Amino acid sequence: MTNSHNMTGIHDAPASTTRTATGLLAYLFAGLYFGVVLVKSEATSWYRIQEMFRFESFHMFGLIGSAVVTGMISTTLLRRFGTRSRDGQIIAVTPKAKGWWRYILGGLTFGVGWGLAGVCPGPIFVLLGAGVWPMLIVLAFALLGTYLYGVLKDRLPH
Amino acid sequence: MTELLDLLRSPWPWYVGGPLIGLTVSLLLWLGNKSFGISSNLRHACAILLPDAAKPDFFRYDWRKERWNLMFAGGLILGGIAAGVLFANPESTRLSAAGAQAIQALGIQVRPGLVPVELTDLTHFGVWVLLAFSGLLVGFGTRYGGGCTSGHAITGLSTLQGPSLIATVSFFVGGILSANFLLPLFLAVIR
Repeated sequence: MTNSHNMTGIHDAPASTTRTATGLLAYLFAGLYFGVVLVKSEATSWYRIQEMFRFESFHMFGLIGSAVVTGMISTTLLRRFGTRSRDGQIIAVTPKAKGWWRYILGGLTFGVGWGLAGVCPGPIFVLLGAGVWPMLIVLAFALLGTYLYGVLKDRLPH
Repeated sequence: MTELLDLLRSPWPWYVGGPLIGLTVSLLLWLGNKSFGISSNLRHACAILLPDAAKPDFFRYDWRKERWNLMFAGGLILGGIAAGVLFANPESTRLSAAGAQAIQALGIQVRPGLVPVELTDLTHFGVWVLLAFSGLLVGFGTRYGGGCTSGHAITGLSTLQGPSLIATVSFFVGGILSANFLLPLFLAVIR
């Protein structure tokens, strides 16, 4: 089961190693697709985020709204027609844990950060690709924030 | 040729970009039953980077099973290079008149590019503080709230999950407060 078997090539057939690699490559391409869409739709534009939070344009609301509707329709269709995933599993969405506090307090915290530098996690990576190097500071501190949550987790209301 | 280049460089309207964003949810479900979300990568990165002795329990799990998500983030960087460098829009974001006015009132010029130079000019110490503070809140808040815009607002809402609605409303309340009150205050101090 461990990866070391792949290294020695004793247990796993080479085909399965290749399959894992091409499987992972598919996600790289999915990311590339999403990254291009985020830039071209201007969701990574600090200006657009500011415009959205001031309710001065429909652009971002149209973007998020039509994304949600498309996601809703396409996932419903996938399940309705019993489509299997590429590796033959039944399509299933993992439900989010129930709760209030973590979603309200965590959501507010993230929202305040989002409104300042205008970036949510996706755009941090996209902007780094686009050569906006100061995003490295945002990324470093986002990692620190994630670490802090890991440390404080049990003392926070969830 | 130049016309094709112009086309590749020009931004897309919301009704093209939005559906393409939404399709990512079912694309990842089809690729391997993956729940679309980007902020988990911050957790995986911590799990990889932290030395075993100093690891809180939250980071003790097999991150290798989540390699797909790290690959996805790698793809985002490539997407940034493709759309933000090779085919970068040479023009400024076409904001609404009110939007452009509000941004100028903040003391920021609307220029070509995705992030204004005023917020990426690292010769100002205040810019460091702004970026660091924003990053800290994004990292902490997305883990506490269990997701970001992609995980809750896009995936969660489109699969009709109650918790994601609470989270998305909270994102917006936080964002509205910070963009309208905290950011002007910040900019007045740092500039």
